[in-house]
Amino acid sequence: MKLLRKYIDKIKPNFDKGGKFEKLHSSFEAFESFLYVPDVVTSKGSHIRDAIDMKRTMSAVILAVLPALLFGIWNVGYQHALSIGESGTILELFWFGFLKVLPIIIVSYVVGLGIEFAFAQIRGHEVNEGYLVSGILIPLIIPVDTPLWMVALATAFAVIIGKEAFGGTGMNILNPALTARAFLFFAYPSYMSGNMVWVNGLLQNKNIVDGFSGATPLAEIASGNIDNIASVKDMFLGFIPGSIGETSTLAIIIGAIILLYTGVASWRIMFSVILGGLAMGYIFNLLAINPYMEIPPYEHLIMGGFAFGAVFMATDPVSAAQTNKGKYIYGFLIGFLAIIIRVLNPAYPEGMMLAILLMNVFAPLIDYYVIEANIRKRLRRAKNNLIT
Amino acid sequence: MSKVIKIRRGKNINLQGKAEKIMIKAKVSETYAVKPIDFVGIMPKLLVEKGDIVKAGSPLFFDKYQPEVKFTSPVSGVITSINRGERRRILEIIIKADKNQEFIKFEKANPKTLDKEQIIKNIQESGLWPAIKQRPYSVIANAKDTPKAIFISAFDSAPLAPDIDFIVKGEKKNFQTGIDALAKLTNGKIHLNINADYPAADTFTKVKDVQINKFTGPHPSGNVGIQINKICPINKGEIIWVINPQDVISIGRLFIEGKYNASKIIALAGSEVKYPKYHKIINGACISNLLVDNLLSNNNRYISGNVLTGTKINKNGYLGYYDSLITVIPEGNHFDFLGWALPGFKKYSFTKMFFSWLMTDKEFKLDTNLKGGKRAFVMTGDYNKLLPMDIYPVQLIKAILAEDIDLMEKLGIYEIAEEDFALCEFACTSKTDLQSIIRKGLDLMRKEMS
Repeated sequence: MKLLRKYIDKIKPNFDKGGKFEKLHSSFEAFESFLYVPDVVTSKGSHIRDAIDMKRTMSAVILAVLPALLFGIWNVGYQHALSIGESGTILELFWFGFLKVLPIIIVSYVVGLGIEFAFAQIRGHEVNEGYLVSGILIPLIIPVDTPLWMVALATAFAVIIGKEAFGGTGMNILNPALTARAFLFFAYPSYMSGNMVWVNGLLQNKNIVDGFSGATPLAEIASGNIDNIASVKDMFLGFIPGSIGETSTLAIIIGAIILLYTGVASWRIMFSVILGGLAMGYIFNLLAINPYMEIPPYEHLIMGGFAFGAVFMATDPVSAAQTNKGKYIYGFLIGFLAIIIRVLNPAYPEGMMLAILLMNVFAPLIDYYVIEANIRKRLRRAKNNLIT
Repeated sequence: MSKVIKIRRGKNINLQGKAEKIMIKAKVSETYAVKPIDFVGIMPKLLVEKGDIVKAGSPLFFDKYQPEVKFTSPVSGVITSINRGERRRILEIIIKADKNQEFIKFEKANPKTLDKEQIIKNIQESGLWPAIKQRPYSVIANAKDTPKAIFISAFDSAPLAPDIDFIVKGEKKNFQTGIDALAKLTNGKIHLNINADYPAADTFTKVKDVQINKFTGPHPSGNVGIQINKICPINKGEIIWVINPQDVISIGRLFIEGKYNASKIIALAGSEVKYPKYHKIINGACISNLLVDNLLSNNNRYISGNVLTGTKINKNGYLGYYDSLITVIPEGNHFDFLGWALPGFKKYSFTKMFFSWLMTDKEFKLDTNLKGGKRAFVMTGDYNKLLPMDIYPVQLIKAILAEDIDLMEKLGIYEIAEEDFALCEFACTSKTDLQSIIRKGLDLMRKEMS
């Protein structure tokens, strides 16, 4: 380790001001601080600091998505095997999925981080760790057969237009990963919806067994085949077609436990998203005029991207509401709207993405009113004091 | 007795090196300093120069904006140097103490028999006026104002803080006299806030003409700003004065003894101190004598005050005017290989992201490393958990950064001081220097309102 430190110390001056590679200072700093927590000491304010930093926080999120990622990789193999009527060992299925998913992850990281590094360089900032999370979330919310160039394009769009245009990490209004998905959804709908995109190989129609549909439960219901949907158990465990990481509610719950335990994600948001979803599902039950409106509210939670969105997307601290009261309202409306869009608008079987993006836009407005209430309370106190 | 006010939000940081309750008569320091930089918002005008001979209580400088407020020498002796910093800003005035201390004589009197103007004049002339601070802005009080109340926090909840009940033992008479003097300065009450969790010293419980309020809960429950917020929050245009218990005692002594007796008791604490104990010293003393044969290592940070809000001084530095604690902790100028990724059994954090949370009762040794890089603000809701006031901290910080005076006022800047945000600063994932931002906001506001 000492040798490594010595080497870094030796090449460091080249990247400092006046050095040969002065222009690459941000990138160097990013790599150095990845290897070593810097030796910087506190200079003003509190002399001691909490050990937490952005790297640790982001690592916790990545740790939390791992169960969903690993299950998703296996499920890619499993769904493919089903579609061609074969079977394989867990490892075989996993390996098949791994070879499909890895390139998507690599493309997402290379393109996204490349842009982040470039912007950090231009702005003279340190590289923010935010993209480490977005970079893993993007592959998890798209179908496995999305062409890599589309992944690259969507990632570039999300990072440049969705994030950097607003000033970079911490300033964006929309969730970057969902921005990428929305871009794909509207630019290349034939790759993002329908019955053919969710299972690897279906688009090319290679040796598909007769009768294999490949449709997600939501698509089945939307097309009126409500009897065809998988069992509650299969949907909960995730043995269904869908975006790579969204299918297994169980894996997502494990991630949720990690996020809530470490305190990275807001329980207020997760809780109220679920509450909102259940509430709307229940209202539909009461007003039911078709079979879709009759399905039990809890089934909504385990279908499509609802669980994944509630745990990993709605809770993004930057694009969510920032006040505690605001978080309840924000979360509730996401759940509420997701089910409305999903049930009432067959053109968008996945309402979760649109609901979250919509509420991202309204989050500052929610906060505004919550804070206005605080301001009014303070003014009232001042006035009462004047009278007495 | 009044009911106990419970502070729920906040956190205690359990550090190694708490001072043992043993009083040591420290070896007397030879040099003393008065540091204009201890006093926020003043413009010092010197009254002495190098080589002048002064007595304890002789004025050294005054504030250009409030010329009545004198800053006096804690000891008698000779001015050996006046140290200046950038742009000739006066950093410290060093006085070499004589063997035999001589004092300027002030009027001895029972404050109950004096009127307000005489009390103010006495305190101002002696050099004790700067001990009275005001909220809003957390600056030296203006004698022309009449505060709606005076607040005294009789316990300190900061990490390694001295036990004030121990410090004030046997000072009942001085404390009461100090209270009598302060009582003339306000039309409202004097609030004395004690910790409900353990029995407070007689000095506090038996004192007359104060309202005793009991608090319980984690730091910052001992911050006077938090206490004010719970009892009578400051509205626009209102003023509350605050003072430390030891300074109340000094004011009492001024009226009883008729001199500026600047002696006080401080705790010497921190993980790098061999024998963390209490010392009786004179305000402004050089700390080097306290540290002789008393350190465990060399690469240290010396802090006048506590680890959250104190001032960095060097090994031969001087105790700050308002402080009753010297903390010594290790400097953190070392690299930590993959420090952000390892399990972290020894890394202290409020979050549960390091395995150190398993050891809840353990005393931790923290160094001064920043423990990460400065980043854009991302995590929300963390500050709320550490600021027990009905205030939106993130929004207030952003209003200050945007220099939006109107919004700062609406969001409650009158109610806060930088120390109230120290815990948030400690815990900040993005390593933002919140206390300096708050100070900037307070200064901006004060300028705007004057």
